[in-house]
Amino acid sequence: MNQRLTGRASARREDTPALGSPESRRRAIKARRLRRGGLALLLVAPAALAYIVFVLRPMAQSIQFSFYEWNGVTESTWVGLDNYAAILREPEMSGSILNAFQLIIYFSFIPVLLGLFTANTIRGFATSRLAIVSRTVLFLPQIIPLVAAGIMWSWLYASNGMVNQVLEAIGLGGVARAWLGDFDTALPAVGLIGAWVALGLCMLLLLAGMTKIDPALYEAARIDGAGPWREFFAITLPSLRQEIAVCVTVTVIAALASFDIIYISTQGGPGNRTLVPGLEIYRLAFFNREIGQASALAVALMALVLLVVLPLQRLNREGDS
Amino acid sequence: MIVSRRETWLGRTMLILLMAVTILPFISLFVTALHPSGTYPSGLEWPESPQWSNFVDAFKVADMGTLLWSSFLIEIAVVPVSLFIATLAGFALGHLRPPGARIILVAFVLGLTLPREGVIVPLYYQMRDLGLLNTRWAIILPLIGLYMPFAVYWMRAHFVNMPEDISEAARIDGASTWQMFWRVHVPLSMPALSSLAILLFLWTWNQFLLAVVLVSDPAQRTMAGALGAFQGQWGTDIPLLCAGSLLILAPTLIVFLVFQRQFVSALLQGSLKG
Repeated sequence: MNQRLTGRASARREDTPALGSPESRRRAIKARRLRRGGLALLLVAPAALAYIVFVLRPMAQSIQFSFYEWNGVTESTWVGLDNYAAILREPEMSGSILNAFQLIIYFSFIPVLLGLFTANTIRGFATSRLAIVSRTVLFLPQIIPLVAAGIMWSWLYASNGMVNQVLEAIGLGGVARAWLGDFDTALPAVGLIGAWVALGLCMLLLLAGMTKIDPALYEAARIDGAGPWREFFAITLPSLRQEIAVCVTVTVIAALASFDIIYISTQGGPGNRTLVPGLEIYRLAFFNREIGQASALAVALMALVLLVVLPLQRLNREGDS
Repeated sequence: MIVSRRETWLGRTMLILLMAVTILPFISLFVTALHPSGTYPSGLEWPESPQWSNFVDAFKVADMGTLLWSSFLIEIAVVPVSLFIATLAGFALGHLRPPGARIILVAFVLGLTLPREGVIVPLYYQMRDLGLLNTRWAIILPLIGLYMPFAVYWMRAHFVNMPEDISEAARIDGASTWQMFWRVHVPLSMPALSSLAILLFLWTWNQFLLAVVLVSDPAQRTMAGALGAFQGQWGTDIPLLCAGSLLILAPTLIVFLVFQRQFVSALLQGSLKG
């Protein structure tokens, strides 16, 4: 594009003899391109500066801190990879990582699968009044802070909260309990809060993707005698590759990097059953004053997220081509 | 499209069920907020005499006026600045394409997946050294930096898709790059800009981690951060906590209901591009 623009601009100046010679024209084009490049870099500079100072520099510092033992006040001592070895050794930290992976089931798999199923069933009347009202309602969990979702659900899960009330009403009073305080149910209960938050977004994203599929494909399939299942696996699922990749990416990051919901609803308890890396970093750095250890866990978390998310992007790109 | 009756009914039932699951927590919060303060009611039960005064009490104890003002100040600093510098960068990378644009873009995109917990510890010490801990600047400055990957990526994607004839026409009319940017490209970018503004507004309002770590005074925090502090202080008084939570949610809910079409499309596009 550069060439075309500059070419046209210099063509307009052809009447000035000094610029007419090939040598000077080439020089003019080069100067113009340099000037444009310089201007462009100048325009990128403020954004780049903010990004470098408040993201890249702290990121590099996290890596640097992770090789030291430091309490934030006195001299730090070099400990090499000890902090990383401790992540594998100490059950508190390795457990927090395992918990985060378990949360993926709730934050990601449940909303995506349930979203696919619901979107597929309501595809036929995606433009009806009911479906339009449902857009507003299903988006509510997306716009409130996660902290608010945490507070709401802590109350629903309480021993006299709505969850137990409903269970008693349908004759399952026997399983009623304080869901967030129970060793066996705390993690799934916290996970379902995440599922509640993500479900609406996933469903609507997938539904939007489904409405882009050519209806003629479905008609043809029905005429060929394909049932709803065949239809779903042969047409819907392959066309939704990109949307599914997006849903999974967003929700997996939310699971691995969860903090707000856990901080509010369980503080990691009971007995570290719901402890996640985000909360453990916070505890280590600001309560135990183990800056090096917190940083090592932070670096491990960043690496894990990249490791899980990058392969998903490949799926996304293949879907494009 | 051929859709059988049975399928339609199944779909409608599922959708209504899903809406019920989404909205019941809000209703439970609301009816609980109407119970006498200090009692321990059941999850879903209409009180004998609704205590509307709970909302007034919660407004007072949570110091809602101050909280709203604080969130407003943070928003007014973060959103316009982020929009402005991200638009400049997006225009440069998507339209002017200087040498090295590709590498710069990749560097920004790398930050898209970054969990905030990964940088929170160094940010704390950075803010301490700058003497900004416990001020709103400790939330404002890092947030602008943290938004850059998404915002620059978003604006670049917009400018890349702008037809080139537009700027060519402007250039023939003798417009400089700067004039072209302000007179032609920015006005044409309003839809992309307003969607981005909605997303940044929402993310700032709901920002929790930075508020909790970097600012200990709730009156200097974002709304979500203040809500965390409110829970810590009044967590045992369930009706009051519910009333306070609803009050803190109210501004976003109102803004959402007014601009719901823009919100829904911004969030859907936002996650597709992110």
